[in-house]
Amino acid sequence: MTRAAALGTVGTPAVNIAIFAVFVAATLVIAVTAAGGNRTTADYYAGGRAFTGRQNGIAIGGDYLSAASFLGIAGLIALNGYDGFLYSIGFLVGWLLVLLLVAGPLRNTGRYTTGDVLDLRLKAVPVRAAAAVSTLTVSLFYLLAQMAGAGGLVSLLLGVHSAQGQDATVAVVGLLMIFYVLVGGMKGTTWVQIVKAVLLTIGAAVATVWVLARAGFSLSALLGHAAAASPAGRAVLGPGLLYGVNTVSKFNFISLSLALVLGTAGLPHVLMRLYTVPDAAQARRSVVWTIGLVGVFYMFTLVLGFGAMWLVGAKQIESAPGKANSAVPLLAFHLGGTVFLGLVAAVAFATILAVVAGLTITASASFAHDVYANVLRPGGNKGVSNKGGGDADKGDRGRADPEDEVRVARTTAIVIGLIAVIGGIYAKDIDVAFLVALAFAVAASANLPSILYSFFWPRFTARGALWSIYGGLISAVGLIIFSPVVSGGSTGLGGAGPSLISDPHINFAFFPLDNPGIVSIPLAFFLGWLGSVTDKNASDPARFARMQVRALTGIGAERGSRG
Amino acid sequence: MSMTHSSRSQSQSQSQGRGTASAYELVKGSREFGTLRRRLGYYVVPMTGLFLAWYFLYVILAAFAPGFMRISVFGDVNVGLCIGLLQFVSTFAIAIGYGRWAPRHFDPLAAKLRLRLEQGRRP
Repeated sequence: MTRAAALGTVGTPAVNIAIFAVFVAATLVIAVTAAGGNRTTADYYAGGRAFTGRQNGIAIGGDYLSAASFLGIAGLIALNGYDGFLYSIGFLVGWLLVLLLVAGPLRNTGRYTTGDVLDLRLKAVPVRAAAAVSTLTVSLFYLLAQMAGAGGLVSLLLGVHSAQGQDATVAVVGLLMIFYVLVGGMKGTTWVQIVKAVLLTIGAAVATVWVLARAGFSLSALLGHAAAASPAGRAVLGPGLLYGVNTVSKFNFISLSLALVLGTAGLPHVLMRLYTVPDAAQARRSVVWTIGLVGVFYMFTLVLGFGAMWLVGAKQIESAPGKANSAVPLLAFHLGGTVFLGLVAAVAFATILAVVAGLTITASASFAHDVYANVLRPGGNKGVSNKGGGDADKGDRGRADPEDEVRVARTTAIVIGLIAVIGGIYAKDIDVAFLVALAFAVAASANLPSILYSFFWPRFTARGALWSIYGGLISAVGLIIFSPVVSGGSTGLGGAGPSLISDPHINFAFFPLDNPGIVSIPLAFFLGWLGSVTDKNASDPARFARMQVRALTGIGAERGSRG
Repeated sequence: MSMTHSSRSQSQSQSQGRGTASAYELVKGSREFGTLRRRLGYYVVPMTGLFLAWYFLYVILAAFAPGFMRISVFGDVNVGLCIGLLQFVSTFAIAIGYGRWAPRHFDPLAAKLRLRLEQGRRP
């Protein structure tokens, strides 16, 4: 066994590659066997709506426990202690918003995308187009984060150090992901997510018990050991190491917290999964299961993070490629040697593949279903689609032939896969958790206000939706661009990531916080209200009545389990 | 405008065309739908307010009262960690509570209204 941490590789690359290959082969078999057909749009986008609440809940958990959650949060705890734990709480608590306000009504009023929901309420092609733009933007942010994580992880485990080698790995991830999506569709990727989520939880549970056993099953002892091993000492046990530096960093933290708690309910790839179950009750059950899985998992990451701080040490983590993201793999190596490391890393790799595939399906569905079928070709082959969809009171415009739509979705998946590969090659040095937090901020700003308004506010109009979506999107992305993390000025202290522009002479940042949520989220809610109350075309009460009756009773919703 | 749109959309056995939207309005105005909406609202709105307030209390304590969060409860387990773990507990409790409440108090009434609409009867 080569302890080659100095070279930036842990374990034996050959063993790691073998375990990776077995995992990838197994997930491909699952995707192919589970897929079975995927001819209709309901099959391709929503897995035939035949998953149970429990299956789907575990799959959503699998989607949510991405590389950023699994590797990123444990790594943040390992380096910063308590402040990393704060991340996980925001990520978890945000699910209650999905459960209480969004899951049931969303399942009852949409078919595949949030564009469907807004179209049912507002009947406006520009609103559907806006929903697609924000869905694509959030998905691409998230996709870049995953691809960036893949590069670092693989270089750590497979001993790939050259820039070309890492680029090639990102390209392989992209090609595998395109294959999953084309062959597996939603059904195939959902099964991959379920298997992956179960393996991930078992792996994390084993590692957690292992760490606790080392500490004599005493949480207090574990924390004490970790604090003693940390260069920051006992400061890691309380808040403030990362975000307590000064007032700006404190507001940065509040802004981040707001984005985390409100962002989950606006994440398109999470919302789209709610359409894979037969009805609203199962959608709600899905979310309860997700909360259980994600919550237990984040408790594991608390132990794993402090365990890595104690047993691996901040110095070794920071010198490894991938830095914080490598804390868990290094801990696994410390505990169980090459084989355990290989298993944990293979699960992490499968995580990235599966999450990337889910994001690609969401983005391709949004383009094919919202943009192609309902904006570009609103009248195309109307008769065909109406015959096929006679069981649902859809309130959609006549749309393109479903088979045509699936074909467009598959083509889009290939294009998005290629964009992700190219983007991932450029983004590979950017911090994963940071990119994900930005995706949350954009989701909370651009998607959430219009979803909530369309369910619950009678006076909401198309203009309000456009103002809210574009206002949220532009302000969130714009503030990111003019924040210290992009435009210079940040050294990576005070909770901010290091700036993309490393030349200290260039600094055109005028927004002091690295997360835009505290400004862009309230602004998007305000714009949605202002755009509606000043709209000359008042909201149609009949349309709101229809929306609310359908949202609460489920009348007209496309139901599942028909084979 | 409701007529043109409703004629374009269809439902299972619902009367096609005219009347669909107004059927929804009739349902929305009905006493039972009001009960359904109130029940859900009385449950989810206070619960949402509660968990958001509790979460932001935690966030603000973490940002502005780090000294309080560092007070030891036992050994190296401090107030901050306990409140953080209580966030997990409260999240689980609300999720399980809602997961048990809804099938008992919401779903049956929703299903009843849905069935009635599907059969095309006015409430």
